[in-house]
Amino acid sequence: MVSENLVKDVVSEPYKYGFVTDIETEKISKGLNEDTIRLISEKKEEPEYLLNFRLNAFRKWQKMEEPNWADLGYKKINYQDIIYYSAPKQKEKISSLDEVDPKLLETFDKLGIPLTEQKKLTNVAVDAVFDSVSIATTFRKELAEHGVIFCSISEAVKDHSNLIEKYLGSVVPANDNYFAALNSAVFSDGSFVYIPKGVKCPMDLSSYFRINSGDSGQFERTLIIAEESSSVSYLEGCTAPMFDTNTLHAAVVELIALDDASIKYSTVQNWYAGNEEGVGGIFNFVTKRGKCLGKRSKISWSQVETGSAITWKYPSCILLGEESVGEFYSVALTNNLQKADTGTKMIHIGPRTKSTIVSKGISAGNSINSYRGLVKMGSKASGSRNYSQCDSMLIGNQAAANTFPYIQSQQPNSEIEHEASTCRISEDQLFYLQSRGIEFEEAVSMMVSGFCRDVFNQLPMEFAAEADKLLALKLEGSVG
Amino acid sequence: MQSKTKELDPILEVNNLFASIENLPILKGVTISVNPGEIHAIMGRNGCGKSTLSKIIAGHPSYKITKGEIKFTGNDIQSLEPEERAQSGIFLGFQYPIEIPGVSNLEFLRVATNARRKFLNKEELDTFDFEDLVKEKLDLVKMDSAFLSRSINQGFSGGEKKRNEILQMALLEPKIAILDETDSGLDIDALRIVASGIKKISNEQTGIILITHYQRLLDEIKPDFVHVMSEGQIIKTGESDLALELEKHGYEWTDNFVKEQ
Repeated sequence: MVSENLVKDVVSEPYKYGFVTDIETEKISKGLNEDTIRLISEKKEEPEYLLNFRLNAFRKWQKMEEPNWADLGYKKINYQDIIYYSAPKQKEKISSLDEVDPKLLETFDKLGIPLTEQKKLTNVAVDAVFDSVSIATTFRKELAEHGVIFCSISEAVKDHSNLIEKYLGSVVPANDNYFAALNSAVFSDGSFVYIPKGVKCPMDLSSYFRINSGDSGQFERTLIIAEESSSVSYLEGCTAPMFDTNTLHAAVVELIALDDASIKYSTVQNWYAGNEEGVGGIFNFVTKRGKCLGKRSKISWSQVETGSAITWKYPSCILLGEESVGEFYSVALTNNLQKADTGTKMIHIGPRTKSTIVSKGISAGNSINSYRGLVKMGSKASGSRNYSQCDSMLIGNQAAANTFPYIQSQQPNSEIEHEASTCRISEDQLFYLQSRGIEFEEAVSMMVSGFCRDVFNQLPMEFAAEADKLLALKLEGSVG
Repeated sequence: MQSKTKELDPILEVNNLFASIENLPILKGVTISVNPGEIHAIMGRNGCGKSTLSKIIAGHPSYKITKGEIKFTGNDIQSLEPEERAQSGIFLGFQYPIEIPGVSNLEFLRVATNARRKFLNKEELDTFDFEDLVKEKLDLVKMDSAFLSRSINQGFSGGEKKRNEILQMALLEPKIAILDETDSGLDIDALRIVASGIKKISNEQTGIILITHYQRLLDEIKPDFVHVMSEGQIIKTGESDLALELEKHGYEWTDNFVKEQ
């Protein structure tokens, strides 16, 4: 059918962020063994306990098997063929942002993340991570006045060791899963956030992850701690150049919310997805988990996943504190030969805990887009409630959408509600919009944005606009 | 019939049109010509091809024209996309307006209106100017502005959907409007509102085709011509009294015309 082909054209937008920055880097040699880990730890001048944390994770990882239950069917990863540390060469000590290598600043400028004092975004503090290291964090002084710590995790290891020692691995244990264990062994950098008691973070915090080199993996680690009655909104963005090879990205994110604290974590993931034949692209294996430790605490994940050849990601909430709240809002768009297996786990442990899941999957081309989610009511979670809504939209005849909801309840006095739907952009809907003078491409993009509205409404303002734009770009073909 | 129209070029000419869907022939030689200012009614049994004719004129991709031509203001439009036809002034009022969840009615109306305005070399309207315009047009169909913030046609009653169609017509100011059973599913009050809306929107430059089963719409909007369609053909054309005859005798009466032919 004519319109089927048209839709196909419309969803194939060239990747805008595929450039490579030509910069001198310090790389260690390929391969992974205990010496690699000692070397990374040494480079970062880490304390003993952290080296032990890494080695312990590595030993566990060696005994684990790569999971294949998601049936993602990707090319086998050779873990000895990856560089585990790659950093742009910089001056030893940088006293101000303006001393950062202009090439790096230019790179982030091009990505829409200006970092310098004159140009930096006014309402968001940014931590910019380039390959294995954080190169700059803006607004640190202003945030420090409120007692907020926002820095790279490497700095936090040096300056806030007590917090790292207490919380690192407390939500995602080193042996949690294959990729989390790998990350725990080799993580190189990432962001650290600490919001003190009673503080409402005065601005949004944001990390931007950029993979630049083709043969090194990115293994970042993020840790966010929100003390009693504090709140923070954190945003995360990611892009990578276009390479024919696959690059491994295995991150771990841990969130901790104490009594009455709230953390909102939003992601726009736009890693390079590979070409139309499925060559190249990022393998994105990420473990994200939040622990609602305190009473009435709240953790909310929202994500817009448009990139990566493979996405394997389940941002989860452990609802420990009574009346704590977990939320997961997700839009996942797959095209060509992309595969996304994403969803969440809501583990209700405390009484009267609540969780909401809204997942929107859009599959185009020959892609496979799966929602996989677990809702578990523990024996003490009386009066707890969950509501899940999983909608899939198919574009064209070759794409697939799956929904795998897992429900476990050990608590009769709890409620779990699950709704799911699948729709196809119908010819009649398109014709209706076209018959009012709306161009085909715009009609598709209007319907896709409409489908995602429930999730976009949850994103921070400036992010929502970006997400809408990103989706429209991916969907608008020649336009834009 | 007004004599002045004879001097003008027709807005729409359908000449000996044959069309099919999935190799099933639906239209078997339809000819109809609409001049500016004229109101035509097409009547006929369900399945006789009335809706097909309207969708083909609007450019629905599922139908295939096997013979004949459709001319709009003198030009063959077969190669035009549906959106190009709409931008140039062809409007189809749907029998069953489509629901589109998540897309706001206001945004939809604005994008559609601007697409038409762009074609006419008129300035495109920003949200504020558009809201002023749409509020003015809402009065024509006695719609509440609450409709604007809802998703397109979603959860609208049958009557609300039809009024939303006429609102779109009012905003797009088409040269020709084909209204496919706009009267079906309306109570008497809603019918009057819709009919008076159509009358207010149309003028000496507009052509209108009303596809209907019922005389009651034609009581409100008096047609210049009435065509009776049967099995993919127009079997009889007359003036407004033909509709009254039909009302009296039913479609069985028209079977004789087929035999006569």
